[in-house]
Parts: sequence; structure tokens; C-alpha cells
Amino acid sequence: MEKSKIREIVNNFLIEEIEVDPKGISDEALLKDDLGIDSLDFVDIVVIVEQHFGFKIKPEEMSGIRTLSQFYDYIENKVNA
Amino acid sequence: MRRVVITGIGIYSCIGKSIQEVSEALYHGKSGIGIDPARTLYGYRSPLTGILEPPQLKNVLTRRQRICLPEEGEYAYVATDDALKDAGISDEYLDKNEVGILYGNDSSSRAVIESHEICVEKKDTTLMGSGAIFQSMNSTVTMNLATIFRLKGINMTISAACSSGSHSIGLGTLLIRQGLQDMIICGGAQETNVLSMASFDGLGAFSIRIAEPHKASRPFDAGRDGLVPSGGAATLIIEEYEHAVKRGARIYAEVTGYGFSSNGVHISQPCEKGSALAMERALKDAGVNPAEVDYINAHATSTVIGDTYEAMAIDRIFGPYRTPVSSTKGMTGHECWMAGSSEIIYTLLMMRDSFIAPNLNFETPDEASAKLNIISSTIEKKMDICLSNSFGFGGTNSALILKKI
Repeated sequence: MEKSKIREIVNNFLIEEIEVDPKGISDEALLKDDLGIDSLDFVDIVVIVEQHFGFKIKPEEMSGIRTLSQFYDYIENKVNA
Repeated sequence: MRRVVITGIGIYSCIGKSIQEVSEALYHGKSGIGIDPARTLYGYRSPLTGILEPPQLKNVLTRRQRICLPEEGEYAYVATDDALKDAGISDEYLDKNEVGILYGNDSSSRAVIESHEICVEKKDTTLMGSGAIFQSMNSTVTMNLATIFRLKGINMTISAACSSGSHSIGLGTLLIRQGLQDMIICGGAQETNVLSMASFDGLGAFSIRIAEPHKASRPFDAGRDGLVPSGGAATLIIEEYEHAVKRGARIYAEVTGYGFSSNGVHISQPCEKGSALAMERALKDAGVNPAEVDYINAHATSTVIGDTYEAMAIDRIFGPYRTPVSSTKGMTGHECWMAGSSEIIYTLLMMRDSFIAPNLNFETPDEASAKLNIISSTIEKKMDICLSNSFGFGGTNSALILKKI
């Protein structure tokens, strides 16, 4: 899957389903501190990623992911593995 | 003794979603009963139910707030928001004062069943999502509303089957009388989704008068064939009298009596003795004689056994006084966990507007109901003291007495 497509899907569900402020979306945005994604939101992101990309996020793989850019990369690596 | 008054009401029901709508529906004897085709597809014996649509809360509540709210919680949110506004309680008041919540609820089926279905398919609990646990617990209404309205007082759910909503008001009254709280949000909520009433339907307790939905709920009528399930939510703001006066609140009525009892007999069948005991205790608590009661809002659900035992109990206490009786369930169906609180609102509106709403579809009395003064069409009547009954599975009984002040 193209990186641009992944970005589009992720940004779309963050805005539409997690209701993140669209103005906060940027590569450098910190998931927790800038976008306000908390531990409960993360559970829902696991569900949404499974629906859109067909794989289950493993919490231990997410431990080093802090920015939105890193999150796109993580999904790209999993989807295109 | 500290006195307890009702200063705000809000309701989301099949006969109306505002106080005005509900008052008019009561006066005109409007039925809220209809057919839910999904019930037939699911395997219900009866598709009859109170008809109401969930409210739209997007852009009203945040995503986190919405995702934790089950159907009955959505109803309860709207009813409570309306009740707080009706009572003149602002966001600032809630932030600066201790307000409690005691709310009746006794099921939250959809999240439980859907979570199970996800896990069967996916074999992964995370994929149930973050809202499932908060939607599926019995205390879902109070945990959600206490968070949304930033409440800092007593915070718990009252689960007492079909008397949950009534006990919530009674127990709240006791806490305020004791001086432990000045203001409590009370009420009851009832889900209506297709998953919520299936096992109850399985008992064969529901009416199958499918061709005439508006005539299906017939409390006290000899031609009844079962109850009609219904739902929604009803909220009452109860408050210590001096506290209400001091802040200039409008007072609907005083809660002067609360009586409870447990039959200790049968899991689904009521009994005359237990029902009578709850009413006698409420009368004693209120310090009133049966002759002084202007109206009884009966629990009567449109089942032969339940209606009969209640009629016998009412006759035992009120027989000589020909006290007017009606069950508003002829219009609303049985609002179950919500009923004890919604019926206090119905009674308050009748007291306020000086009328008795009809016991819809009461056409032919049976031996027990013939002894009562059942009001089958609306009458104008000024009322100062009213009693409302609520009885539930497991033999839990509650009676409340309201007095106009």
C-alpha cells in the first residue's frame, strides 16, 4: 500500500472516529501530548487499524512510537511486510 | 426533620420527550406503543414495545463521553440534562456544590452481547473496543452521568428490577433527610433494543395483541393478555426543602413518604401482603391516613397476577375511600427499571395540572379490579396527596407519597 494512502486512511480515522482536531495533524505531532490520544483511545485505534489494515497492533511494538510520522511508518512496515 | 422536595424533572419516553409533550399525552390518553419488526426477526413472541428513537448526541457530548454511553445512558443523559435545566442548576453550580446521583438501572444488554460476539469471531478482547466495559456494567448510567456532570456526591446505581426508579427516589430522600446530601439526581433508565427484552419475552409475559398495538397494554382489564415492554429515562432532582427555598427553586412537590418491603415468596409473582406493607409504610412515613390520598398511580403492568394482587392490596387499604386509581402503563407500556421514576413524573404533572390521566384500555373489570375506583378516561381533579406504587421481580416493593406544598 502506498504511504500516501496510509496517511490518508490514518488521518481520516483520527479526525472522523477519534475526533482529533484536524489542525493538530502533522508529521511531528505527538500522539499523546499534541493529539490528546489516551490509553482508552488507543484501544479504539487498535480496533480501527484491524478493520482498515487487517492486522492487530501489538502494544509492545507501539512503545517507541511517539509521533504521527512514526505511526505511519509502523503501519507501512506491517502492511507491506 | 429535614424535608425533601422535587425541584426539577426531565423525561425521554415513548409518550413524549419533553415535559410539555408528556403532560399533553397523559391528558389526552395517548399510547406510545407500536411494533418493532426487528423483534420478530430475532425470534420474539411479541414485537410490541414502546416506540422511541435514540437521541442524536454527536456535537453534544465528546467522543469519549458518547462511546461509553449505552442506549439507556443516552436517554438518561437527555432526561438529566433537561431536569437540571428545569431545576435551574447551572454548570457553575455543579462545579461549586456537592450533588449526588442515585439512578435506577438493571441491565445493559447490547454491549455485553456484542462484545461476546466480537470475541467469538476475533478471539481477541482488545477488539471489543474501549467503550464496551463502561457500557456493559449495571452501573453504566451513574458512572457516565457522574462523569459528564462532574458530580461529587453519592454515586451509585439502584438495581431493584421494576421498582429501581422508585427506590432511587426513596433512598435519595432518606439520605437528604439524614443530612448527608442536599441535592441528588434520581431516576431510572430502561433500554429498548432488540437484545434487551428477549429473555423476558421468552417467559410469554408480553401481550400479543399485535393487530391493535394501542390496545395491547390494558392494566386491570379483564381482556388483557400480558404487558408491553417499553423504556426511556426519567430524572428527578430532589433537594432539601430549605436549600431549595434559599436558591429560589420552583418546587413541584414534597416527597413525604417512602415505604419498602420484600415479599420473600416467589421470583416472578408479586403478593398482596408485601405490596400492602410498602403502601402502609409509605403512609406512616408521610403521616397521612388513606382517606387523605387523592390519587394512586398503580404499578399494574397488564398481567393477570400482578394486577390482581395489587388491586387486592389497594382495596385492603383504600377500599372504603374509593380512592381514584390509574395505571399509566396503559399508555406507556411497562417502562421497567425506569417506571418507578417516570410514574412519579406523570403523577407530578397530574398534580400540577389538576387532572387524572386515564388507565387506558380499562373496559371490563375483573373480580379484583371491580373493587377499585379505576379512572378510565381523563378527569379534572385538584390533588394534594398522591401515592405511586412500584413492584419488581424478586418481590421488591416501593411506594412513594408526594404532597403538594
